[in-house]
Parts: sequence; structure tokens; C-alpha cells
Amino acid sequence: MRDFSHLDIVFALLWAARWTLMLSAVAFICGGVAGFLLMLMRISPIRPLKYISWAYLEIVQGTPLLLQFLLAFLGLSILGSDISPWMSATLALTTFTSAFLGDIWRGSVESIPSGQWEAARALSLNYFQQLGLVILPQAVRRSISPTVGFLAQVIKGTSLASAIGFVELARSATNITNVTFEPAFVYLVTAVVYFGICFPISVASRKLEKT
Amino acid sequence: MLLSGVWLTLQLSSLAIIFGLAVGIVGALCRTSGNRFLGTVSAAYVEAIRNTPFLVQLLFIFFGISSLGPRLDSGQAALLALTINFGAYATEIIRAGVQSIEQSQIEAGMSLGLTRPQIFRLVILKPAIANIYPALTSQMVLLLLLSSVVSQISAKELTYVGNFLRSRSFRDFEVYFTLAIIYVVLALSFKLLAHLCHKRLFKFMRYI
Repeated sequence: MRDFSHLDIVFALLWAARWTLMLSAVAFICGGVAGFLLMLMRISPIRPLKYISWAYLEIVQGTPLLLQFLLAFLGLSILGSDISPWMSATLALTTFTSAFLGDIWRGSVESIPSGQWEAARALSLNYFQQLGLVILPQAVRRSISPTVGFLAQVIKGTSLASAIGFVELARSATNITNVTFEPAFVYLVTAVVYFGICFPISVASRKLEKT
Repeated sequence: MLLSGVWLTLQLSSLAIIFGLAVGIVGALCRTSGNRFLGTVSAAYVEAIRNTPFLVQLLFIFFGISSLGPRLDSGQAALLALTINFGAYATEIIRAGVQSIEQSQIEAGMSLGLTRPQIFRLVILKPAIANIYPALTSQMVLLLLLSSVVSQISAKELTYVGNFLRSRSFRDFEVYFTLAIIYVVLALSFKLLAHLCHKRLFKFMRYI
């Protein structure tokens, strides 16, 4: 068996971080699309759509992310087909992301004064024109900072994918610990790597808030 | 069995909320004290916790600290990690609340002859908590959900019990679906409770 130097451990962890980044990116993009649809449903004047979206948000925000991973991995195997950790991790994290982004964006759309809707209607724009030309451009500006801030949450959330055997940063930290018996050092480096990814994002989110 | 899990989940969350709020008040006090050193320590603590995943914090505390010296059992490590985590978020939220209190309120307190601790408690802290109540309670719901992660170090809370039942019955979907329902019910009833308490607790806010 070969020995691992501390430098080896650091490089192994940095290399493992690519899976964390990839999973976050995919989930953030898919979750963004789904979150946008949820937001549209939530603010739409059609009652049933509104309630479906509301129920979805409450249920997803009311269950732990860890449980969503477990449900997506072990729970969905009831459908028969074996589902890979990568697929179920993406599915679970997309669900999580879509619910929170949907809520954040709904908040920014609702923060636009209703006079803006009325003014757009007075110009005889139809519903989608009102939304697309008047409301969304203003809402997007307000939503940028919380959306970027939420990206850090998604990246931290990927660590729970380790529970279903998806080897990303946190999981490889555990694997390395099992070989090296140096949990304090390994987990500290892992925390530093996560910090190095998330901290700039948090700072950017705060900067954007002020502009 | 599930009930014993629910019980430990509630126990862990409520203890972590109580201790975490204490940490948060001290942290916010340090941050707003004007003392450079204390302020920096508090800010570093908040940033370090908020920018790393809870799972890694938990594993560091459970395996890392145990390997360095003092032995923690999984329940103690879970409570410590949840407290440290919630404390950081609480610090940030309470700080925002404290800074929302206007200087003139403090001056009014002084001119009424209140002592410094009295001013902090009555003039700053109470209205500050009233201002940040929604943010604080939603953070508490997040903590309740976060407590599921401590199943990873075999603390026997709700998710751990669920995993155990699954390994015995092989009924994956049913077990996890039930767990999901329990968590949703817990989260929603906490929200409802917080909403009901809101009116009771902050009657005095009408006079400010």
C-alpha cells in the first residue's frame, strides 16, 4: 500500500471538487428552468396552476435535502429500473433548486408595484407582453443578488449527494480518511476547498445587492 | 420507532435553537461592540460556517475532534455541530436586527436612566428580535430539516430510524415517503406555531 503525503491529499480533494462543481452547474441550470416555470405558475391568474405550484414549493421546502436524495436514489428504484447515483443526485438537487429559485423569483416579481402591471395593461399589452416587457426586466434586476447567493446553497447542498454514493468532494474526503486515518486534516482541507468556492460567490452576492 | 426518531429530532433541534440563539446574541454583541478584535472573530466565524457545508462541519467535529483528543459520542457531536451552525446564521440575523434599531432609541433609553444592560435587553434586543422574527423562524425550520444530516454519523434521529427501517423491510419508497410526510408536517406546524406566537409575543411593537 502506498502512503499519502499531505500534498497528495490536498490535490486529490481539489481534483474531486470537479464533480461538486459539475453537479452544482447542472442542477442550477435545470433547476433554474423548472423554477422559472414554477414562478410563472405561481403568479398566473389561473387558480389550479397557482395551487399546484404553491403545494410543490411547500412540500419541497418542508423536506430535508438529504431525504430528497434518498428518495430519488432508493425510493425511485420502486419504478423498476436501476437509477444511477449521478442521475438521482441531479434529479434531487434540481427539485430542491427549482423550489427555492421559484420562490425567490416569485418574491422579486411580487415586489414590483402593481401600478406597473396596470400601466402595462393601459398600454393594451397582453398578459405575456406585460410580463415579458414590463415586469420581468425589472424583477430580474432585483433577483440577481439572492439568486447568486442561492448558488452557494446549491454548492453546499451537493455535499449531501455523498449519502447516496455519488463521489464528490465530501465523499472523497470520507474515502481518503478511511485510508489515511487523518480525519481532522482531511475534513479541514475539504472545508477550505468548499470555502474557497462559496466565499467569492457570497461576496459577489453582497456586492450585487448594493448596486 | 419513528416516534422515537421524531422525539430525538425535536430534542436536537430545540436544544440547538436555544444554544444557537445564545451564541447568536453573543456573536451579534461582539460584532456591534465596536471592538475590532471581537468584531473580526465574530465575522470570521459567520463566514466560515456559512460558506462550508453542514455535512463537512459535522464530520470534522465528529471524526476530526475525536481523533485529536476529547471523545464525543454521535449525539453530542450532532448537537455541537447543529449549535455552531445555527449560531452563525443567528449571529448574522440578529446583527441585522440590532443594526435596524435607531440611535435615537438608545439615546431615549439613556435619558430614561436605564443601565447599559437594561438598554441592551429592553431597547435593543427585544425590538430587534421583533424585526427579524420572520427571518429567524424560517432559519429554525431550515435547522429542523438540516438535523436530518446528523443521521450520517449515526445519531438516532428521524432519518436514521428511517434508514434502519428500510434496511430491515427493503420497502425503500414507502419508508422515505412516510419520512417526507413527517418532515413536512413538522415544518408546517412549526411555521403555524411561529405565526400564532408572533402576535402574542410582539404586542408591544404597536407602541414603537
